[in-house]
Amino acid sequence: MENTDKILEVENLTTVYNTDAGVVRAVNGVSFSIGRKETIGLVGETGAGKTTTALSIMQLLPERTGKITGGSIKYQGQELLTKSKAEMRLIRGECISMIFQDPMTALNPLMTVGEQIYESLDIHNERQKSPKELEAKVDELLELVGIPARRKTNYPHEFSGGMKQRIVIAIALACEPLLLIADEPTTALDVTIQAQVLNLIEELKQKLSTSMIMITHDLGVVAQTCDKVAVMYAGEIVEYGMIEEVFDRTKPHHPYTVGLFDAIPSLTEERKRLKPIEGLMPDPANLPEGCRFHPRCHQCMERCRSGEVYTYENGAHKIRCNLMEKGEQNGRVD
Amino acid sequence: MDEKTVKIRIKKKSQAGDIWRRFLKNKTAVLGLVIFAAIMLAAIFADFIVSYDKGITQNILERLQGPSAAHWFGTDNFGRDIFARVIHGSRNSLLVGIGAVAIGITVGGLLGSIAGFYGGKIDSVIGRIMDTIMSIPLMLLVLSLVTALGNSLINVLLAMMIANIPQYVRIVRAAILSVVGQDYIEAAKACGTSNFKIIIKHVIPNAIGPIIVQATMAVGTMILNAAGISFLGMGIQPPTPEWGSMLNEGKQFMTMYPYIVVFPGIAIGLTALALNLMGDGLRDALDPKLKD
Repeated sequence: MENTDKILEVENLTTVYNTDAGVVRAVNGVSFSIGRKETIGLVGETGAGKTTTALSIMQLLPERTGKITGGSIKYQGQELLTKSKAEMRLIRGECISMIFQDPMTALNPLMTVGEQIYESLDIHNERQKSPKELEAKVDELLELVGIPARRKTNYPHEFSGGMKQRIVIAIALACEPLLLIADEPTTALDVTIQAQVLNLIEELKQKLSTSMIMITHDLGVVAQTCDKVAVMYAGEIVEYGMIEEVFDRTKPHHPYTVGLFDAIPSLTEERKRLKPIEGLMPDPANLPEGCRFHPRCHQCMERCRSGEVYTYENGAHKIRCNLMEKGEQNGRVD
Repeated sequence: MDEKTVKIRIKKKSQAGDIWRRFLKNKTAVLGLVIFAAIMLAAIFADFIVSYDKGITQNILERLQGPSAAHWFGTDNFGRDIFARVIHGSRNSLLVGIGAVAIGITVGGLLGSIAGFYGGKIDSVIGRIMDTIMSIPLMLLVLSLVTALGNSLINVLLAMMIANIPQYVRIVRAAILSVVGQDYIEAAKACGTSNFKIIIKHVIPNAIGPIIVQATMAVGTMILNAAGISFLGMGIQPPTPEWGSMLNEGKQFMTMYPYIVVFPGIAIGLTALALNLMGDGLRDALDPKLKD
């Protein structure tokens, strides 16, 4: 899995929203990297800064409020943060593309799906392909995502949710981007369709050798699709590692990761009640001192309330927690 | 290259064809289209239908006659043929009514789209300017503008257009705002689509429904406003026939000779009705969800 061929390197990314209520610190020093064909999962609760991270990479933050205040985002070694708007537009779709959460609203209701796929091909038509070739490509893409090409003249409302998400995927993959950002691609779909769509994404990823950032709050989805996981909490990555490491219960973990796993019903273990993590995500406009998780942490120590947090490193596996300093502590509560 | 242009034309045609087929399914919309087409034809071929002189020359001997074979719609207090005046008046009335709305909606629509799409400072600046214009009563604004610019039909049109822009800016801005928040706009951005293309292809088509309805309703109002202005001695002056001014002139004879106001009134009503029906039909035809 050692991959020197990095597609995307995010270093110490910091993003804020300047709102009337004050500065909302949505992403605070996030770093990760993605190699070719690799998939990284960004996991966390609502408001952890997952989507903001994705929008920062795409530079699609709300113009008036969102601002990247620090760090760097390198796509194949090129710094994205210094690119002009026009340059970024060429990168979007062509190099990095995005699948949105809700397929019901991600398609223009007034255009046939064929036209919408055609449009994204047409925007990035550097090789001056003829309209006939592009039309052929539209057919090919539809077939690729499992929709008969003859349905390209249909409007979005004539498709089911799962099929719409397939079309959204076809549009995102139209220009064969090297990196695909999937922002909770299955959240709006029911479970059986979720599985289909995930399989499709996986299959296409292999076929087109695309790297992917999978944003989700569903650990099951992560287990199924990702190579690496970054667990996010209050705009920080609290645990980062290969999937085998993060999902291995015998290894040390961040108390938050443990909490996330404890909140999932298990088929094999017998447990009467699920253990939710008590409390709420802190208000990003007013983050706690020290470890962001300390107000909800069962093993909170005095030193967690202020100052820098210790970072445990074991190969690729990183955990931001003071507990780790004492050695092979497991964040497990029981 | 040749093949490319041909192919694009075919594609465009089929989409317009889709809308046209859906429009034709709506019987009342087709009725509106037929009425409107008839009115337009009457305006274009007015000279072939009845001579302009009949509507202009005064003939005291034949004043205030009811409808007859010689004067289909009767004559007014100067003995002018009302049929000729209605037919020839259509040119001025349609010009003022449709012209003011069409230009108002183009300019207002553009400003509204910019305000709604970009928001922020641009939105505030456009918004405040429009609020300022709106705070001045329509008649006062039109009168001062026409006085300043000089009295002519074009200036009246221009003044009415300026007075109407703010209302379109508001409607369009609101419609655009409701669309801009949608995911497919964000998705289009994520595909690298340029802002201009997003506005033209994604935002405006999705926001156009309420705008079309408002525009078609406004045409009748515009014709009546123009009449009010000519009543005050500006814009179209007698004896030039115009529906609104015919209503105004005939007002004093209305109780005794109702046909003087009935026919131009019907003409205005019919035009407004036809445009409304068409507008409704067009709105529905543009929405693929209502296809079947």
